[in-house]
Amino acid sequence: MVFSLFSEGENKVLCWCFFYVTLAFIILMLYEMHFEKVIRELGGVILSRGPKLCNFVDWRGFKVVYKRYASLYFCMCIDQDDNELEVLEIIHHFVEILDRYFGSVCELDLIFNFHKAYYILDELLLAGELQETSKKTVARLIAAQDSLVETAKEQASSISNIIAQATK
Amino acid sequence: MNPFSSGNRLRDMIRAIRACKTAAEERAVVRKECAAIRAAINENDQGYRHRNLAKLMFIHMLGYPTHFGQMECLKLIASAGFPEKRIGYLGLMLLLDERQEVLMLVTNSLKQDLNHSNQYIVGLALCALGNISSAEMARDLAPDVERLLQFRDPNIRKKAALCSIRIIKKVPDLVENFMYPAASLLKEKHHGVLVTGVQLCTGLCKVSSEALEYFRENCTEGLVKTLRDIANSPYSPEYDVAGITDPFLHIRLLMLLRLLGQGDADASDCMTDILAQVASRTESNKNAGNAILYECVQTIMSIEDNGGLRVLAINILGRFLSNRDNNIRYVGLNMLMKAIVVEAKAVQRHRATILECVKDSDASIQKRALELVYLLVNESNVKPFTKELIEYLEVSDQEFKGDITAKICSLVEKFSPEKIWYIDQMLKVLSEAGNFVKDEVWHALIVVISNASDLHGYTVRALYRAFQASTEQESLVRVAVWCIGEYGDMLVNNVGMLDIEEPITVTESDAVDAIEVAIKHHRSDLTTKAMALIALFKLSSRFPACSERIKDIIFQNKQSLLLELQQRSIEFNCILQKYHNIRSALLERMPILDETTLRGRKDGSLPTAVSTSTIIPCDLPNGVAEPAAAPIGDLLDLSLDDVPPPISSCGDILQDLLAIDLSPASALSGTSHPPKAGTDVLLDLLSIGTLVPAETSPSALDISSSGQDNKAPLANSNGLASLPLLIADSPASSAGMMDLLDAFDPITQKLEENGPAYPSIVAYESRSLRMTFNFSKQPGNPRTTFILATFTNLSPNVYNDFLFQAAVPKFLQLHLDPASSSTLPASGDGSITQNLKVNNTQHGKKSLAMRIRIAYKTNNDDILEEGKINNFPRDL
Repeated sequence: MVFSLFSEGENKVLCWCFFYVTLAFIILMLYEMHFEKVIRELGGVILSRGPKLCNFVDWRGFKVVYKRYASLYFCMCIDQDDNELEVLEIIHHFVEILDRYFGSVCELDLIFNFHKAYYILDELLLAGELQETSKKTVARLIAAQDSLVETAKEQASSISNIIAQATK
Repeated sequence: MNPFSSGNRLRDMIRAIRACKTAAEERAVVRKECAAIRAAINENDQGYRHRNLAKLMFIHMLGYPTHFGQMECLKLIASAGFPEKRIGYLGLMLLLDERQEVLMLVTNSLKQDLNHSNQYIVGLALCALGNISSAEMARDLAPDVERLLQFRDPNIRKKAALCSIRIIKKVPDLVENFMYPAASLLKEKHHGVLVTGVQLCTGLCKVSSEALEYFRENCTEGLVKTLRDIANSPYSPEYDVAGITDPFLHIRLLMLLRLLGQGDADASDCMTDILAQVASRTESNKNAGNAILYECVQTIMSIEDNGGLRVLAINILGRFLSNRDNNIRYVGLNMLMKAIVVEAKAVQRHRATILECVKDSDASIQKRALELVYLLVNESNVKPFTKELIEYLEVSDQEFKGDITAKICSLVEKFSPEKIWYIDQMLKVLSEAGNFVKDEVWHALIVVISNASDLHGYTVRALYRAFQASTEQESLVRVAVWCIGEYGDMLVNNVGMLDIEEPITVTESDAVDAIEVAIKHHRSDLTTKAMALIALFKLSSRFPACSERIKDIIFQNKQSLLLELQQRSIEFNCILQKYHNIRSALLERMPILDETTLRGRKDGSLPTAVSTSTIIPCDLPNGVAEPAAAPIGDLLDLSLDDVPPPISSCGDILQDLLAIDLSPASALSGTSHPPKAGTDVLLDLLSIGTLVPAETSPSALDISSSGQDNKAPLANSNGLASLPLLIADSPASSAGMMDLLDAFDPITQKLEENGPAYPSIVAYESRSLRMTFNFSKQPGNPRTTFILATFTNLSPNVYNDFLFQAAVPKFLQLHLDPASSSTLPASGDGSITQNLKVNNTQHGKKSLAMRIRIAYKTNNDDILEEGKINNFPRDL
């Protein structure tokens, strides 16, 4: 599964993208396609589709499932025998987790905190497979790790404070 | 501290990039940031390493190169703290892929982190390993991952399970190690672990049949029970999606059961009840429910036959197809495509709905439906389906026309019950969407037409009518032009009239008009024009009354800017003017094209045109038929630059004939494809004849005999100049060619009478340059020697400003002509020639001698070479 997300901008069609590395991605790499090019091409295909059409497109032999949330598009490139309807559900699952984490998520949240969005994705999917079906568990794991980072930061700043005071 | 790195936070950089109005501005910002990051890397700046990596990731995602940051990831991973490791591993997953050797270096850090006391760090390492591991890493770290499958924290167990999938995909022989731990994961209660465990088992089953057998034996019942529990479980807010408890787990379980039930009646039996329950009880008004139903139907269709369940499944699919939601219809079509193998009849029932889907406004659905239709068609229903599809072709979108045309053509070809129906349908497709028809398809149509001898008249009239209606579709024009050329007489005389036809009156000049339209139409491309030209040429013998007009039209193309047309028109013109006796034989109707060859070629059992022509030996004696009939493609392919026409025996004779006759043309064509100048001209011209040589050889022989009569005088009058060229140019020249050349022996001798020949010498040779001299003398003037100096570059560098100078003793007089060029290509890839005239005042007493100096520039260096030549032949 290649996972990506982008939004409709004015002159930049694609502001943002996530991806998830698996077999499909490696196949793309074999085609020597840069990731950005993949997104640009795929974005063109998806953006040209009307609102009521189905959420699946065939693209270069892959099945691509996309879903639109306001101006944001989330899309996943899946294998031929994956369940398309379930993938739609996974996308929705991800968006709900993001929503809970950021508090009604918007495009800017994802752009400025892209690494955090990735951390969440890493708790949801691994090696292109679904890892956790409970939103609550994902949220709890992310919170625990965030607090680890916070503690480390505080320690670092308190140490530097001590050093600063000692060297005054 | 570095002056750059102190300033910008990640947030500021993103803001700056977003504020850019143009791509150039964005590049400038990125360049500046990259420079700062590089500087920080060089200074080994600890403090901002993680911030720099985060920036690099952002830059990477915009599509700029970030390879220089890869080592920073490794440094962050190797540091002790969780925050550094977290961003380091993220960078590793984003910036690297498994092909890069940097990955080798990370294996050690991964091993340490997999054994770390902090479970979140173990989680990071597992995640990275699962996403990027290479085969070597997988092998090295498999024991650690295997151990972690039993880790106390469920969140690590589930990560380890997914990581194992990657490992066994990379190294399938590790399957055994993971089989038993995977089976124990299936007993877990924690949904995350359970869902990953099920996926691991699925992965193992896909990789190894041994594992499949093991799970089938030991886990089928357990899995069925798990599925039953989950399907019957009461509302649980944590896993609830649209009223269903954990649809993801449902789906994964169904997927695994599908693998276990496939091909095993006992296992299939075991799961029948629960499948029936899921299929009948799942709510289908939300996407999650439909996803489960979809998966369930797939499982029912794949496991061993159970009549009742299949009916249930087909009914669900029927509901899917009539659903208003496009997504559901899409997966319904998708599923029908798989179901058609097992339940063809049941799928046929939905024919009408599927045809409706072909006309849907959604391209994805159209495409699926069309593929499904393609699978549904058979001999009995091809007629109504084709009718529907062709009707739809008229109104379909431009983008979809290509697909639909290809499918119709292929169906019609595969299932057509009779030739007349095939021809009719193809004509409809050609007139509707001829521009989308592939070359092979209309080539095949021509073969079929050629074989249906009782329909020739009908076809040519139908094509003429279609052509009159519209000339917009290129391939229609081509087929029409070809048929009018071949069967023009039938068009005019209404030969072979069928009852269903309306009679039309076409005069000879109407037919010529049609072709003239094709040749002059602005949309016609070279192939069409060339085909039209040939058709005209053919009509010239069918319609003697129009032959003056045809000659005019052909003659007009003499000024065509397209080399091919110009050349043909000159050739045809020549034949029309000079060879009335052979014309009718030359322009006979094409022999029936060989259908089996065409089919064989399509299946790939016969060599392609190119190899046919290269395999066949060129020196077949005259009149012996070429063993393999050349496929039709060649004949129709008048662009012919890419496919050299097959060389056949009759071609040889004709080649000789025309090579002499049309020497200007052959010289012309020689410039575009030198090796077979003569052959090409003639073979193309008579491409019609070379197709099935068995039939044409008699006529070819006629031509040759009449040609022989003309040969000698013609050759003497204007052949001299072109002959040496031909010999040099056509290594393929045949026995016939050689015979012909024998006639010129006297001429060669005459050349020799010009004076005694002198051997050419290598006058000067250094490591970088060779100069050879060729000598000649004018008869009756023994004192004067003409020397042709040829310079060859032996070095890999080009020489510029090449200048050759020579000095001679006083008894000689030297005259130097300008050199052919001042640039000498590298590595003997060309040469410079220069003529010298030496007058020896002491001829017979002293021999020649010369000092030379050669100056040139290479790689901007001036080089000067000097030498003395003493090895002139005596008596010059």
